[in-house]
Amino acid sequence: MSGEGHGGNAEHLVQMANDIGNFFRSEPERKDAIAGIANHIAKFWTPRMREKLNAHLKAHGADGLDELPLAALQSLAANPSVKPHEEAPGGDAG
Amino acid sequence: MLSIVEHDYGTPHRDNAKLVTLTIDGREVTVPEGTSVMRAAALTDINIPKLCATEQLEAFGSCRLCLVQIEGMKGLPASCTTPVAQGMKVRTQNKQIADVRRGVMELYISDHPLDCLTCPANGHCELQDMAGAVGLREVRYGYAGANHLSAPKDTSNPYFTFDASKCIVCSRCVRACDEQQGTLALTIQGRGFDSTVAASQNVSFMESECVSCGACVQACPTATLSENTLIAKGQAEHSVTTTCAYCGVGCSFRAEMQGEDVVRMVPNQDGHANHGHSCVKGRFAIGYATHPDRILKPMIRQKISDPWREVSWEEAIGHAASELKRIQAKYGRNSIGGITSSRCTNEETYLVQKLVRAGFGNNNVDTCARVCHSPTGYGLKNTMGESAGTQNFDSVMKADVIFVIGANPTDGHPVFASQMKRRLRQGAHLIVADPRGIDLVRSPHIQADHHLKLRPGTNVALINSIAHVIVTEGLVKEEFVRERCEAPSFEKWRRFIAQPYNSPEAMQEITGVPASEVRAAARLYGTAGNGAIYYGLGVTEHSQGSTMVMGIANLAMATGNIGREGVGVNPLRGQNNVQGSCDMGSFPHEFPGYRHVSDDSVRAQFEHAWGVQLQGEPGLRIPNMFEAALDGEFKGLYIEGEDIAQSDPNTQHVTAALQSMECIIVQDLFLNESAKFAHVFLPGSSFLEKDGTFTNAERRISRVRKVMQPKGGYADWEVTQLLANAVGYPMSYAHPGEIMDEIAHLTPTFTGVSFARLDELGSIQWPCNAAHPDGTPTMHVGEFVRGKGKFLVTEYVPTNEKVNAKYPLILTTGRILSQYNVGAQTRRTENNRWHAEDRLEIHPHDAEERGIVEGDWVGVESRAGETVLRARVTERVQPGVVYTTFHFPESGANVITTENSDWATNCPEYKVTAVQATRVTQPSEWQKRFREFSENQEALLKSAGAVAAK
Repeated sequence: MSGEGHGGNAEHLVQMANDIGNFFRSEPERKDAIAGIANHIAKFWTPRMREKLNAHLKAHGADGLDELPLAALQSLAANPSVKPHEEAPGGDAG
Repeated sequence: MLSIVEHDYGTPHRDNAKLVTLTIDGREVTVPEGTSVMRAAALTDINIPKLCATEQLEAFGSCRLCLVQIEGMKGLPASCTTPVAQGMKVRTQNKQIADVRRGVMELYISDHPLDCLTCPANGHCELQDMAGAVGLREVRYGYAGANHLSAPKDTSNPYFTFDASKCIVCSRCVRACDEQQGTLALTIQGRGFDSTVAASQNVSFMESECVSCGACVQACPTATLSENTLIAKGQAEHSVTTTCAYCGVGCSFRAEMQGEDVVRMVPNQDGHANHGHSCVKGRFAIGYATHPDRILKPMIRQKISDPWREVSWEEAIGHAASELKRIQAKYGRNSIGGITSSRCTNEETYLVQKLVRAGFGNNNVDTCARVCHSPTGYGLKNTMGESAGTQNFDSVMKADVIFVIGANPTDGHPVFASQMKRRLRQGAHLIVADPRGIDLVRSPHIQADHHLKLRPGTNVALINSIAHVIVTEGLVKEEFVRERCEAPSFEKWRRFIAQPYNSPEAMQEITGVPASEVRAAARLYGTAGNGAIYYGLGVTEHSQGSTMVMGIANLAMATGNIGREGVGVNPLRGQNNVQGSCDMGSFPHEFPGYRHVSDDSVRAQFEHAWGVQLQGEPGLRIPNMFEAALDGEFKGLYIEGEDIAQSDPNTQHVTAALQSMECIIVQDLFLNESAKFAHVFLPGSSFLEKDGTFTNAERRISRVRKVMQPKGGYADWEVTQLLANAVGYPMSYAHPGEIMDEIAHLTPTFTGVSFARLDELGSIQWPCNAAHPDGTPTMHVGEFVRGKGKFLVTEYVPTNEKVNAKYPLILTTGRILSQYNVGAQTRRTENNRWHAEDRLEIHPHDAEERGIVEGDWVGVESRAGETVLRARVTERVQPGVVYTTFHFPESGANVITTENSDWATNCPEYKVTAVQATRVTQPSEWQKRFREFSENQEALLKSAGAVAAK
């Protein structure tokens, strides 16, 4: 996956979101996949990164962003005050 | 000889619950069964003369000095080779024994130089000691006979001298190389009087297979093998116990000193990680700490094209603080951040993340683990509940099958590799999964049962196919899984892994490993009594690094290989304190102890302790800092000990980001690659100049103890404290011990840790708290930290980094024994003699296709950039794969690595870069620019002193 574009180049944020989605797409239940992606983004992305990706989507549409991460971002946007939780893959350290 | 402060008990300690009581010279002594008579005597302060015996090595019985009389036994048995027996009665001295001993010493001294007063071993020579102990007064043979006094010296090794004229052929050096190191580079050639120590096929030490670990030097009882620093300086007068600052083994050393001058580093016999052994780096390569390149005065400049100006500490810190505040006022609170490294102690790392969180007011703090083992933390936390390995190093001695994945321990963790090889020589089985033929695959007395030579980037495909065999051939430890793991997650995983597309037959096209080999290896691991997995950056530095760690955890749990000695999931953390830097919360999303910043109750504890409100949203990881910098949003950075301009991937992208920042503060020993882009340089301190702790790959916290005053005036923790006060966040620690006390107060896994407790126990493996007052050697005993182990589905997702006609080869990177990471330390020592440049390893087939021969300059081009390296044509790599190291900045290894990274942690995919290799005749354009830029920066540095003098 590419880590570029975390800042202004939002295409890289698209790639990062897709890469996260690729891990969670193995979840048999779609809602679990979406929740997993949303939780991961909430845990590890700064608010500014999420802002930039949402702005990019508004300006350019969802072109390039896979369906599951798109749904996850929409879920995050709809519930901005929900905090990430530990119980899902999402314990980055060391 | 052991360190000046250590007593040699003659033969190794034996671990045995059964005890034996015997009488030695009328004294009753009780020792574990299996202890030698010699050691039992030494434990009761009866020191039987010895020369070929040392507690570092198994008894040999050759010198015949240690003979004793044992009631009921014929003759005079050697006490070193005779084990104690219940009720044994031993007499260590009588006239007959004394006469024999004197006779033995007469023979030795008849063929030994008598220059004791000018000998490097004077004052610490076992031969001299034994001559005194036996009361030697004359040598009746005289000195006119044949002798070895004119035998030549071997001075080929830069660190030690082999003076054959002083050799008493006790074989300690040979045995040390065999038993301790496992290289078997030395032998005794010839017989009788003609016996001499020979390196390899009687070549110089430097030309031989010797890896310069120094075990032979330490074992030698005379001056035959002596450290060159000892020869030059003489004996030390005191020693300080400290911890190595190189790799993740964390060897304990006794720094032997004359005043503040280090005479030599001697491995601590009681080192809990290294047990008296070390490698060439820790033992010998410490010259960087006093290298002329050290920058000892603070410097500032406005622009990176300006000359540096030496200033006082007050001015430098004041300037740094005012710049950081200016930047935040202009660009916002989140526009600055900090980066720590393994060069920092735990206490120093804790202070930097505290400064960033409480002083800067954001969570933009990250650490070197980002580029190495961040997937380990992610993967193990989610499966087992803790972001660390499960065992201690000693656990390997109980392993039946050792599975090494993506690690090269003989180069990266040499002291642990020596221990692993000891176990392998005892008969444990070995599976190696690596694209290259690493040394461990086949070395003296060791051959891997299976070398799974997979294609780079296919780890998850391989681990899935191995797990497929375990599940479909009935090798799951059902009882363990039922008792210890979450049933729903296991069932979900079992269904997934049993799918035909995960079979070895389906995956062999992807991995390149024949299905039959995979099945055989899986069965070997799956039927092991104790199966232990050891892995390194060949697992983590991939786009599916975290997925692979989870796959490893799944495999270990499914086979019941968790929760006792001899098994486990063992990440070989590469650096001395990378584990510690993670433990200390140098992460944008976690406080110390791996708790998310959004957790209100945890954050409240830190807010209460630190007296400020803290941010609850995650901050920027290192790669994200670069992006934000290029976006004009991230402008200030405080870097302690990390060299991101050399170590991070896509160098041109990194340097562009650095150039877009307005204030980069580098705290380091030297003008490293990152410092060439800096505006403030704060002199750092080496591990010899500070107190604190490091945490190694075993979760083992060990003391680092100052042996000399910081050459720049302040230890690293003091500098951070100065900066914190200057930005307006007060800190007033008087000693690093106080910092550790605060860490312990705020971190549940550290509550029992303190400097006093570390002094008492020697080292502590966290968790150390009320539940584990002496620490925790083995994790997840009885239950996992998270309660039940969780299986996670690990679908194989190919990397985005594809080979094609333009880039048909895969480049993978690694490291070498003699150099360490970016080489800032080791390049400034004699270790350059072994590895003076990074080379491109290329298979003969690929080389021939391209007209490349050994030593040719080869242009290596990727989608990110190009560089030029000299070729090493070797079959260690497979066709289609090339390999290089990254120890020299001018090699530009990271100019060609890309920004592809692990989906979960952004750990760079260093191990998979699509490249083309072409024979060339000149450096790359990047290298030409690099050379020019570097020369310019060196010139700007040279002018610093001149400007300060004005």
